[in-house]
Amino acid sequence: MPKLAIIARSGAETVVDGETGLSVMEIIRDAGLDELQALCGGSCSCATCHIFVDPAHFGRLPAPSADENDLLDSSSHRAATSRLSCQIAFTADLDGLRVTIAPED
Amino acid sequence: MVIDILIAGAGQAAAQLALSLRQRGHTGTIAMIGEEPYPPYERPPLSKDYLSGQRETHRLFLRKPEAWAERRIDLHLGCRVAAVSPAARRVTLADGRQLDYGWLVWATGGRPRALSCPGADLAGVHAIRGIADIDRLKGDLTAPKRIVVIGGGYIGLEAAAVLRGLGHTVTVVEMQDRLLARVTSPVVSQYFLDLHRRHGVDVRLSTGVRALRGAGRVTGAELSDGTTVPADIVIVGIGIIPNVEPLAAAGLSCPNGVQVDAHCRTDDPHILAIGDCALHPNPYAGGLVRVESVQNAVDQAKVAAETILGTPKAYDAMPWFWSDQYDLKLQTAGLCAGHGQVVVRGDPSRAPFTAAYLRGGRLVGLDCVGTLKDFVQGKALVTRQAVVDPARLADPAVELKTLA
Repeated sequence: MPKLAIIARSGAETVVDGETGLSVMEIIRDAGLDELQALCGGSCSCATCHIFVDPAHFGRLPAPSADENDLLDSSSHRAATSRLSCQIAFTADLDGLRVTIAPED
Repeated sequence: MVIDILIAGAGQAAAQLALSLRQRGHTGTIAMIGEEPYPPYERPPLSKDYLSGQRETHRLFLRKPEAWAERRIDLHLGCRVAAVSPAARRVTLADGRQLDYGWLVWATGGRPRALSCPGADLAGVHAIRGIADIDRLKGDLTAPKRIVVIGGGYIGLEAAAVLRGLGHTVTVVEMQDRLLARVTSPVVSQYFLDLHRRHGVDVRLSTGVRALRGAGRVTGAELSDGTTVPADIVIVGIGIIPNVEPLAAAGLSCPNGVQVDAHCRTDDPHILAIGDCALHPNPYAGGLVRVESVQNAVDQAKVAAETILGTPKAYDAMPWFWSDQYDLKLQTAGLCAGHGQVVVRGDPSRAPFTAAYLRGGRLVGLDCVGTLKDFVQGKALVTRQAVVDPARLADPAVELKTLA
């Protein structure tokens, strides 16, 4: 299975098998990282599943939608490689993707 | 054995409380009592992606089923608390088992309010609250059906939108003279009325239901205007009744849900209450209110965790809501219902537009109809109840973040 590397707010890194077809948000949650809230459950209605994508990997992702882009603006921690993890469908192509959970707003 | 934290309920509030306690290093025993046979799951998709078939059951779960045991959180599913003895700090479950607690946290949510008219118990009459409700409903949707939705609130309208999308014939019957009457302003109600009618929903306002007709199985809804709408399926979405009877029987104050203070404390020093069933002081309501939302469930759970941990923090989170209907997103900030001056940004006959609510010159709420940017930028203004210039507020070209 393709791998996803997740860096928690503590800095600890976990590498997990990522089930394709799930969103990166779901994989992070299933990995036991309760600090990712994902309040709206992946419907692109909040910004509580905010992650930073490793700059080396950012270009591998399809561009965010206008809605996602607007929601990311609600975070005071928005950075150049910010994404909402619920909006990234995990695929085999993303094997090795490395993401960091953004600070809580 | 005493369970340190006994949570009645296993929904979003219950789950968040258990997770927050563990995240904050609480090492005591935690157990949840859930009436449904499922581990904690998200309810909002039930009337949206789950009804439409776009999401499978296991993808509703807030955590993998085994995640709870991994965190030493015991799930007792398929049972409920039937009685509470505050003096003994003991609950009795419906199956007769008794459990002693250190803290009891009441997070039982509510059950769908049922119709009181004749025929309310016919086959083919459905509610939307749990996974089982939707599974039953989907089982009835095998061919194009004539569906009557009773109640023009969020649940009824979201269901109507999905069912139209699946090709069913849908009639929405609403007692009030507008849709979403309890939660929004007339201008937004009008927009949603037009939206649903445009999608072919037959909406009947100011109309009640006299009886459901049928022999065994529903065949029609007889309305207050004397007409009967043929129906293969009736969906009842007329609100919930908070599940607080055992607390009321134990003597706690339960005028509409169980009454709590800003720290989620009930009258009893060892019983807290959170989520849909908690009647709480809300600074955005200016009084006591029950709020049925994910935001409220999660933020109250965090407040209850702090109360338990001895680091009390008052509940003052800004209420927010979302609803998806057809391809439109409604995002709401604040508790808007009935609030003073309405300022519309954009043309309210065509989304996107925003309805902003002012009271005493202060921004107290926003309904963002396809205007996610306004929601994102306006939330902070609602949180601060910022004084804003109505003229600039009314100009959609002026970004909300530049106001105040």
